[in-house]
Amino acid sequence: MNDKKVIWKRKPLIKNRLLRIGLILLISTYLLSVFLTTEIDWQRILEGIPRGKNFIFAFFPPDFITRSDEILAGIFESLWMTIVATIVGILISIPVSLGAAKNIAPKFVYFLSRGVITLSRSFQEVILAIFFVKLMGFGPFAGMVTLSLSTIGFFAKLLSEDIEDINKSQAEAIKSTGSSWFQWVNYGVQPQVMPRFIGLSLYRLDINFRESAVIGIVGGGGIGSTLNTAFDRYEFETAAAVLIVIISIVMIVEYTSSHLRKLIK
Amino acid sequence: MPIIKQKDYKTWKKFDRKRDLQNWLCWFLGTLIFSFCFGLISSKTIWFYVFDSHNEALDLLGRMFPPETNYFFTLIKPIWDTLNIATIGTTIGTLIAIPLAFLSANNTTPSKKFLRPLALFCIVSSRSINSVIWALLLVAVVGPGVLAGIIAIGLRSIGFCGKLLYEAIEEIDENQIEAIEATGANKAQIMTFGIVPQILPAFTSISIYRWDINIREATVVGLVGAGGIGIELDAQIGDLAWAKVSVILLAIVVAVVFSEWITAKIRRCII
Repeated sequence: MNDKKVIWKRKPLIKNRLLRIGLILLISTYLLSVFLTTEIDWQRILEGIPRGKNFIFAFFPPDFITRSDEILAGIFESLWMTIVATIVGILISIPVSLGAAKNIAPKFVYFLSRGVITLSRSFQEVILAIFFVKLMGFGPFAGMVTLSLSTIGFFAKLLSEDIEDINKSQAEAIKSTGSSWFQWVNYGVQPQVMPRFIGLSLYRLDINFRESAVIGIVGGGGIGSTLNTAFDRYEFETAAAVLIVIISIVMIVEYTSSHLRKLIK
Repeated sequence: MPIIKQKDYKTWKKFDRKRDLQNWLCWFLGTLIFSFCFGLISSKTIWFYVFDSHNEALDLLGRMFPPETNYFFTLIKPIWDTLNIATIGTTIGTLIAIPLAFLSANNTTPSKKFLRPLALFCIVSSRSINSVIWALLLVAVVGPGVLAGIIAIGLRSIGFCGKLLYEAIEEIDENQIEAIEATGANKAQIMTFGIVPQILPAFTSISIYRWDINIREATVVGLVGAGGIGIELDAQIGDLAWAKVSVILLAIVVAVVFSEWITAKIRRCII
């Protein structure tokens, strides 16, 4: 009798053995170097735990009433900001996304638009907000400008990818009727990217509202300012109320936007 | 798509009359909402500052150039910290997101009534609080420093990765699972041989995507004291040392472009 059994083993994820071991080594040296270079003050953390507990308990019970006027004003301001910024941002990103689609734009315009997108994407909303608040003064206008500019990077990038994926024969059919460039874009390209366009706009509306909660911290108006004021006054009950309001509005917005997106699909 | 007869010739129009009217109404309402909102914003704006902003911008640019290039060498450590915050934060976030995703996916959740809503709630609340707010809370708890940033980024990533991952789990091919089941595999084996291989590509691309986002996020958690390049940025803006600020901004752009390049490379390797 033959004692040898045939054993099946799962195929390794990476076929090349050297590469596999090399990657593991690379990752472990990285983790080690991170561990060695980060100073973690365990003493401070131990001290922080009871402090953190107090801090978290200070949030309870959330106080919606004392500052209800300010909370309401902040939320509405955030909503106005979000709506205006999303619309302005989308209006600007339409030409940019046409320019950033390889199959439509000439090389020069392509690189220019890609540059705009990369620039807008590389700075986080908060950093942009710091500068716009400095340039335009405190208030929702600076926040709106920030949000519209960061909408461009997101929206134009994703939309241009969708434009690059369009069905060429449909576009060509329009072109063969002798249409002008605008007619071609309007009848050959636009109907094909419309579902994605609407989905992205709803998604961005959702993101912009969430971001509007933070840019207020650096002076961009909206609910973030209310939150920041509450923190600065050590009114943690109010801060908790603001956070709860933000979470519930984001939930509502997200639920409706995903529902709408499903409907459109 | 109707063809409309006018006196002696036919023309084509994209929409019929009713659709045209509907579209027009939508545009009208949209414009109305937009102008209403903009009106409210503009009532809270001091327009003098806005119209003066180009002068302010030119002044700022004048102060930013030339950038103080020597300053770059003191930035190496903060940049390294920023990369670490993003990388370790993403790792922690995805690791916590995996069980949550399995709990909240319709086809793998052990209890639909109790655990699924709980897991979904964790995912949504992690998504709706921005990492800067997380950092703000955590700095108070664990003290200022890189650790607060790592945890903040990690907590924020849970929701994002969890949501995308559970959607991926819900879309898996049931036939493959049935095939594994037919061999007499137990639950754990179904998991490792039936489900995991199917969601692995989605998982890697989600975590790489999140890493790319987290590089950006890690640049700002420092503004509230949670480590990384944001601390330097905050300090230099506070000092009005604009020539140094421009170096920091350049460094951020380079880091982001670098991360984008790497993610594109890895994605091409995997897909």
